[in-house]
Amino acid sequence: MNQQTPIIEVANIDKFYGNFHALKDVDLTVRQGEKVVICGPSGSGKSTLIRCFNGLEWHNSGRIVIDEIEVHQNAKRIRELRQEVGMVFQQFNLFPHLTVLENLTIGPMKVRKIAQAQAEETARGYLDRVHIPEQADKYPAQLSGGQQQRVAIARSLCMEPRIMLFDEPTSALDPEMINEVLDVMVELAETGMTMVVVTHEMGFARKVADTMVFMEEGRIVEVSPPNKFFTDPDSDRCRLFLNQILEH
Amino acid sequence: MQDATALKGQPLSSPSPVQRFFESTFVSVLIYAIVIGLICYGSYAGAQNMGYNWQWHRVPQYLYSFTDDGFQLGEIFYGLGTTIVLSLTSFLLATLIGLIIALLRLSGLVIGSAVAVGFLEFVRNIPLLVLLYLFYYVLGPIFKFDRYTASVLTLAVFHSALISEILRAGINAVPKGQWEASKSIGMSSGQSYRYIILPQSVRFMLPPMTGEVVHLIKSSAIVSVIAVAELTTIGRNIISDTFMSFEIWFTVALVYMAVTLILSIGVSHLEKKYIVDQ
Repeated sequence: MNQQTPIIEVANIDKFYGNFHALKDVDLTVRQGEKVVICGPSGSGKSTLIRCFNGLEWHNSGRIVIDEIEVHQNAKRIRELRQEVGMVFQQFNLFPHLTVLENLTIGPMKVRKIAQAQAEETARGYLDRVHIPEQADKYPAQLSGGQQQRVAIARSLCMEPRIMLFDEPTSALDPEMINEVLDVMVELAETGMTMVVVTHEMGFARKVADTMVFMEEGRIVEVSPPNKFFTDPDSDRCRLFLNQILEH
Repeated sequence: MQDATALKGQPLSSPSPVQRFFESTFVSVLIYAIVIGLICYGSYAGAQNMGYNWQWHRVPQYLYSFTDDGFQLGEIFYGLGTTIVLSLTSFLLATLIGLIIALLRLSGLVIGSAVAVGFLEFVRNIPLLVLLYLFYYVLGPIFKFDRYTASVLTLAVFHSALISEILRAGINAVPKGQWEASKSIGMSSGQSYRYIILPQSVRFMLPPMTGEVVHLIKSSAIVSVIAVAELTTIGRNIISDTFMSFEIWFTVALVYMAVTLILSIGVSHLEKKYIVDQ
């Protein structure tokens, strides 16, 4: 592992919201096929960090290079980059006025200019992979939260990205639906996709993570492989956090 | 005041007989009819007092007529036709201008919002009539356009201000997550608007837009001051021929009402259908 080429390189980035220093001198490298799980208390900058990877937020200084493209406020370049980087949101953000199938095909058809028939074939393939082929013609509001999130994952995959970002994908779900989404994510991990996941699902992290990242107050405090991370983390703050969330 | 346990299990106090009497459908309709009747009687009696000679029987010829050629619509409907075409053209143009202004304001460009705000303040702070005179007497001769064009431009510019606010509110009502999702699959701003944001904002825009169309149809009457042959002008012409001012103004008012009511009812059906579809 970890011998492959880096696909995400983050160097000394800082991010401010007004006076609030959201990210402080963050460095991170993700290699191709690597699964990185980022955890930490709320407000620690986890979401902000991964949202900087596809230009939903802009870093104020430092460099982010993704797949040899520097993240930059150049509209055309950032659009190209976003096609390579899929993102799954906490609130699913499906397009409510489109059917499930249309949600999946609109990106490939309008952005990648793929013909409808081919886009639909690909979309049905991904719906199969997230185990809801029978929901293709429904509207998002007719699906459960877990199903919606799986559609959202399929929507991102339809763009054939090289990296998948997950921003607390299970936090808005009812407990009984969390596993169906995590199962899909585990299956995706097994295909060798590069994944950066912000989550508190430590069971999932133990199962798939190659690298664990702990953030606090805008800083990366700990980066270590899961076996070390869960048993003997370097920082006390990380140990405390793990105790808090693993006790329950 | 009794304590809560004593009140438990007792039915809620029922309305008093007097209250019930006034709330019954029959009584409400009766009161409504009496009030309307009084108003009508008052107008009629007032008109009688001033010696007004009612000639309702002469009104239908201006609505329709049977000639050797068969059934024909009267002058009033020709006026109505002009009003509708004028309103529709102005509305389409107003929507286009409104959309541009709304997008300029949402663009986040300093120049864009400055232009938009300048335009809005200019239009909002000028009376419609003055704007019409400006287009007809000042810009018309300069740019060589006729009274009809001046009317369309006036109505379009005047209503584009409110329409741009309706569009902006509708666009802002779409959750931010929709923008993020469409951007994250690589869509440009234009594509996001076209495929994701605008289709969803229609639902928020439809009710205020209907109000605005009704408003536009009504304010189109103002172009009668520059003698564009629409409904109000036709009404005025008929009156100058026949001196039936009461009958004709009532008729014209009813025609406006009929059009705007049909429009409102139509849109509210559309709205229900649209909501069910989602």
